[in-house]
Amino acid sequence: MSSQHHLVWNGELTTRLRLIRRGMYLAAPGMLWILLFLALPSLLLIVISMTTRGDYGQIEWVFSLDNFTRLLGFSSYGWSADYLWILFRSVWVAFWTTLVCVLLAYPLCFHIANRAPEKRYFWLTLIIIPFWTNLVIRAYAWLLVLAPQLPFAKFAAVLGIIPDGSPLYPSALAVYLGMVATFLPFVAMPLYANVEKLDWALVEAAKDLYAGRARIFWHAIWPQTVPGLSVGITLTFIPAMGMFVVPDLLGGAKYMLVGNLIQQQFGTSRDWPFGAAVSLALMVLTLVGLHVQRKHSGEGGVP
Amino acid sequence: MSLEAYAIYKNYGEVEALHNVDLVTERGEFFTLLGPSGCGKTTLLRIIAGLELPDSGTVMLTGDNVTTLPANERNVNTVFQSYALFPHLTLFENVAFGLRSRRMTGAVVTDKVMAALAMVHMEDKKDRLPSQLSGGQKQRVALARALVNEPEVLLLDEPMSALDAKLRHAVQAELRQLQQKLGKTFILVTHDQEEALTVSDRIAVMRQGRVVQCAPARELYERPVNRYVADFLGKANIIAGRRAEGGVETELGLLRLDTPPAWEQGELAIRPENIVFHPERPAVNGLRARVTEAFYRGDRMEVWLEPGNLRMSAAPRRGIAKGDEIWIELLPGALVPLHE
Amino acid sequence: MRRFHWIVPFTAVGSLVFLYVPLLAVAVFSVNASRFGLTWQGFTLKWYQRLFANEQILEAAWNTLFLAGVSTVIATVLGTVLAIGLKRYPWSRRVYTLLDINLHLPVVTPEIVFAAALAVAFGLLRMVFSVFEPGMLNMIIGHVTFQVSFVALVVGARLASISTDIEEAARDLYADNAYIMRHVMLPLLKPGIVGGAMLAFTLSLDDFVISFFTAGPTSVTLPLYIYATVRRGVTPDIHALSTLALCVTVILVMISERVTRKTNKE
Repeated sequence: MSSQHHLVWNGELTTRLRLIRRGMYLAAPGMLWILLFLALPSLLLIVISMTTRGDYGQIEWVFSLDNFTRLLGFSSYGWSADYLWILFRSVWVAFWTTLVCVLLAYPLCFHIANRAPEKRYFWLTLIIIPFWTNLVIRAYAWLLVLAPQLPFAKFAAVLGIIPDGSPLYPSALAVYLGMVATFLPFVAMPLYANVEKLDWALVEAAKDLYAGRARIFWHAIWPQTVPGLSVGITLTFIPAMGMFVVPDLLGGAKYMLVGNLIQQQFGTSRDWPFGAAVSLALMVLTLVGLHVQRKHSGEGGVP
Repeated sequence: MSLEAYAIYKNYGEVEALHNVDLVTERGEFFTLLGPSGCGKTTLLRIIAGLELPDSGTVMLTGDNVTTLPANERNVNTVFQSYALFPHLTLFENVAFGLRSRRMTGAVVTDKVMAALAMVHMEDKKDRLPSQLSGGQKQRVALARALVNEPEVLLLDEPMSALDAKLRHAVQAELRQLQQKLGKTFILVTHDQEEALTVSDRIAVMRQGRVVQCAPARELYERPVNRYVADFLGKANIIAGRRAEGGVETELGLLRLDTPPAWEQGELAIRPENIVFHPERPAVNGLRARVTEAFYRGDRMEVWLEPGNLRMSAAPRRGIAKGDEIWIELLPGALVPLHE
Repeated sequence: MRRFHWIVPFTAVGSLVFLYVPLLAVAVFSVNASRFGLTWQGFTLKWYQRLFANEQILEAAWNTLFLAGVSTVIATVLGTVLAIGLKRYPWSRRVYTLLDINLHLPVVTPEIVFAAALAVAFGLLRMVFSVFEPGMLNMIIGHVTFQVSFVALVVGARLASISTDIEEAARDLYADNAYIMRHVMLPLLKPGIVGGAMLAFTLSLDDFVISFFTAGPTSVTLPLYIYATVRRGVTPDIHALSTLALCVTVILVMISERVTRKTNKE
């Protein structure tokens, strides 16, 4: 008897063909859904980024790389770096947001891990609640906090930073505040998973060897937290680059990020080709970010 | 005849797991496949269960060819190494699984399940979940779950590897008693030679996909066919020699043996317990040896002797100590010529 | 308990204060009787009362729940079946990698790019079928697209913990495909399916960007309503609505914490 075609898979006697066919029936609906509504349209975005905007906002199938040159700043009025600035600003804001979140997340996680085990749930819940609160609510709430009638804006007015009676928004500061407040839980939660399981024996060993506080942190604590930190950074940096709600509500027209730019093209400006080009630029930045993260998580161990 | 397998070949890519393996078991026999990991014993068991398909060969169950019969239609059941109890079902439902899957219902199921649980002394825990059980208890449930279906043959895949040593001995004895009571064919896979000797009627020693020797336990132990089998089932002293008039000429002298060897040159094996202490020179196969080491093992002394780098198993009351010079006899009936 | 430098608890508590000050401000001003301006003019619950009379808000609330419910049901079914089909079948390495990349696409793509792609997809489909105007249908489709991935990932993780031993044992005990699926796989997957569904539901409730790009005039959800109102000007109504949403979140988080703590203890 030859078993060339038949095999036993998890106890079932069948052929490879029949198994693959059944697997396809199961996986196809979901896969096709994603393919149809995301994967293929994304490829289409690439195509559309090379088309031209018609006079009434429709797509003219005239192919050129004009949208990209425009993104790089070249237009009929000469060269301006406006769009490049927006791209740069997005990365810049994302970078500083992530950095501040990391600096705040470590003490927060240590503090919680230091509590008695029963109390920890309470503190974790305190982080989880903002995490699950709607982004729009969390962002607009800052409009309230930075309003002219509240102490913060009044204090800034007294210092002369802003005119009397005006709010602390729209401003870069407001955007940063909103971003950090949004993403802090995203860094803290995966980091906490590592900090909770920290092997303090290594820290004791470092202390025994008379290491200073900074060295203790760098050699005994940091390596153990890299996996969770890596997850947290990915969950923060990449979405932060494409963030739209926070800069829209707190930054206004003068402090645009990539997300706002894209939204504008698909909204009021009705310039889908240009919007597609900017989306592609953001995708490229995202892929670069993911690649860097993958390289670093490789050396830190499996995240 | 119960379960038979003929000319079984199985390859996994480059690796040859089974090479021309034959297996014949009798009804009501406790048969063991013994060998180190990677020798193919588990593969063979899975082929019998229907969980693997051989590349070629035939599997027959009570005379019927079941080689291409799916696992869920074969009248064999398996006790898995990990027990594979269904974590979401109570013990009762676990045991009832094989009955319910064949659409049995009602009092028939209840009676059979309770009888099976009673057989393994777990009837009072029927509503517990597997997560609440110890390893030994899980194993018993796995046994009941398999036996309730009254299979022709019960297959056991290293069922005691997860148990601690003391429990293992108790379970081995229980398993043997159970098998005798039921009168069913059991096929056990293990790497533990002591276990094999304890429970089995016949043992097949395997190595790299081949059956090296298949014989009743006693014969396997006392008459190993080659060095591999001799070494695998307990300890053996190996003595090289050349056939001569009256026996075998070795560096220890001329040794008489009951079964003359078929070869001109070769090796003899003798178990430590068959090297016997004598107060004076023995009549046959006597040797004056010097004790190089003596280890107290509680129930016996393990004695190292020169010449010949021999290991002897002696009663502690002999009072043998390191440095002694003693007379020993190599029992002629226990000297076994080995083949390749 | 280790002794940390005082800066650790100081920063930790400070961070939490930083997170909660805006939310508490909203709660405080939701009971402030003053309509404009932010001077305290007495405690009142009238803004909450007005919520329940506000047609638009009630419609938005209904839309939000309807959208989340329908999309979750679709995504849970598709995602569960996808996870089983992907993980329990002998795909070749290359095919599996492709499928895996496709599966992770919604998780990895930035929301705004996701929304742009959806806009393109619907723009094209509109040319053939007029039913794809911005509206509830588009929103459901958009939500399902990212929910499917999350459900499949959660169920897939749970699937990995079910060893193939169990399936083999079921076969050894005479079960056929249908019996195994019904009595072994699905019951064991249940925690994963429920977890995945809850995650999908929550993600849909909270979604803003994708809803923003796919919504029509009659299918506004609560996050969209809040955003639109806030752009025109912050009002106490919105504070009341937000505080309610916050309370619901708190209650749900506490329930889910209690449930996970109980299942961990068992």
